[in-house]
Amino acid sequence: MLGVDEKLRMYFTMLCIRRFEEKAEELYMAGKIWGTFHLYIGEEAVATGACFALRPEDYITSTHRGHGHCIAKGADVRKMMAELMGKATGYCLGLGGSMHIADLEGGNLGATGIVGSAIPIAAGAALACKLQKNNRVVLCFFGDGAANTGAFHEAVNLAAVFRLPVVFLCENNLYAMSFPVKKAFAIPDIAERAKGYGIPGVTVDGMDVLSVYEATKEAVERARKGEGPTLIEARTYRFRGHSKSDKGVYRTKEEVRMWMERCPIKRFQEHLLGEGVPEETLKDLEKKAEELIEEAVRFAEESPELTIEEARRLVYA
Amino acid sequence: MPEREITYAEAIREALREEMRKDPSVFLIGEDIGVYGGAFGVTQGLLEEFGEERVIDTPISEAAIAGAAIGAALLGMRPVAEIMFFDFMTLCADQIVNQAAKIRFMFGGKAKVAIVVRSPAGSGTGAAGHHSGSLESWFTHVPGLKVVAPATPYDAKGLLKSAIRDDNPVIFVEHKLLYRVKGPVPEEEYVIPLGVGEVKRRGRDLTIVTYSLMVRRSLEAAEILSREGIDVEVVDVRTLRPLDEEVILESVRKTHRALVVYEPPRFGAFGAEISALITEKAFDDLDAPVMRLGGLEMPPPYNPHLERRIAPQVEDIVAACRELVS
Repeated sequence: MLGVDEKLRMYFTMLCIRRFEEKAEELYMAGKIWGTFHLYIGEEAVATGACFALRPEDYITSTHRGHGHCIAKGADVRKMMAELMGKATGYCLGLGGSMHIADLEGGNLGATGIVGSAIPIAAGAALACKLQKNNRVVLCFFGDGAANTGAFHEAVNLAAVFRLPVVFLCENNLYAMSFPVKKAFAIPDIAERAKGYGIPGVTVDGMDVLSVYEATKEAVERARKGEGPTLIEARTYRFRGHSKSDKGVYRTKEEVRMWMERCPIKRFQEHLLGEGVPEETLKDLEKKAEELIEEAVRFAEESPELTIEEARRLVYA
Repeated sequence: MPEREITYAEAIREALREEMRKDPSVFLIGEDIGVYGGAFGVTQGLLEEFGEERVIDTPISEAAIAGAAIGAALLGMRPVAEIMFFDFMTLCADQIVNQAAKIRFMFGGKAKVAIVVRSPAGSGTGAAGHHSGSLESWFTHVPGLKVVAPATPYDAKGLLKSAIRDDNPVIFVEHKLLYRVKGPVPEEEYVIPLGVGEVKRRGRDLTIVTYSLMVRRSLEAAEILSREGIDVEVVDVRTLRPLDEEVILESVRKTHRALVVYEPPRFGAFGAEISALITEKAFDDLDAPVMRLGGLEMPPPYNPHLERRIAPQVEDIVAACRELVS
């Protein structure tokens, strides 16, 4: 059972993700962040619940919608913001940007711009954990879209037959860009796929941080005991479009509103209030998150950029 | 004591064995590399010595093999993946081109992807369209990758040892027709640095720049031509990326004529890059335009007489040299 302090840390993490994303969106509109990115707003409970089930020395692999995973794994939001703004103080020195943030020291093996491509890498990291006998676990985030790539099949099967210490966490936000899960899968639950690999599969409410935490914790324990992978499907929803180019023509306003009413932060807030946490405590955390993100923006704005000569030296080890 | 001779396949196996003995982070992963010993027998006996933990047979999942190698490398391992035929590299191209090659750079130089992907290339075995490809040129176009294509047992062993110790992803191109070729390989340990070419035969009249199986054919052609009084120098680049430009340019500056010989289809292949290099950096030294002898523009045909025609043969190289000096 989680204590109140732990729950408050979770809540704060969710707030940080939400504020980070809102701020990033604002900076994008102001032209200070460019290209494209994929906002995690609405899905905060998944990354937070899952990463809280890990030990600090465990690993994650992330996705193109990876800011939330990164923060939940304990990343420094200043270095993240600097990365989004293309600065030399960013996690990737401004060379990776939103879709390639990695925090190797913190156990985040990186986000990826190719849907599904991190799943084999997660399996490989888990293989290394097994060979190194380091008792660590890999948590692999991917979306419903990735679950239909060949890489998913190859990697989940490989991990299953080798009984690797990895947890496959499918963030089912109901759309692969615009393509609905209903049309992309001939089965109702993506977790059902687990049966075909001989591993457990569970579907959880991805808008409930505690459900995600419990399911992941159980899967992580299994993995750590050497009992192999688990496939978790967390049902969630992105409140914003797929990327910045999304015109939002494939979802109804009613659907979006219905899901926004199930906001994972609001829901957890209600839970905490119900547990007797004073409202003031939650307000303080909101303020703290706000300040942290503001400080991250200041840090990023004041940071220098890499030169092309410096970049060139990083192509080869 | 006469120098020991072993085959190209044995030389590769020795390199794997020595590096695995030396470094516990080195392991092998691929299809049928364990009990079966690899489709071409390269890994025979390694399972017995190193066990299933370090000689890892996988399901038929090329993307997972390459991806798993990358993931393990991110945690400090040095995996050597075997892709059964070079044509199958297409099945893991995303992992190699988008992940292995870019991860270090995209992550701000903080990651190391020390993997080797070994794979047999080339036609001449009657294996037709899906098992005879020479696709090495594709990978030479990718910053972040290194590409090695040895021609002799000696080079294969020394270069593979360096490739395994290298902190970058290395594509190690083996040639099926070389696996059984024997050559001198000393008992004592040695390594050959990546990115260093070698003059395999000294000559005055023209330079052949080549790699892999075509080195052998070029050397045979040079012997024939020497009887006609044409003295051919053969430069084996050995590593395609990074390319040893100096060994090529130095030779061309001496002979003033260059023929680039390579097995992939002529159009757009790596040989064109060598030709461009010579033209850009040694133009004033040339007595004739750089000539290219590449493969034919068609998928590998099954019929043996036709298959023979798609890759340069000794007689084709001889004819090209005669033309170049005439």
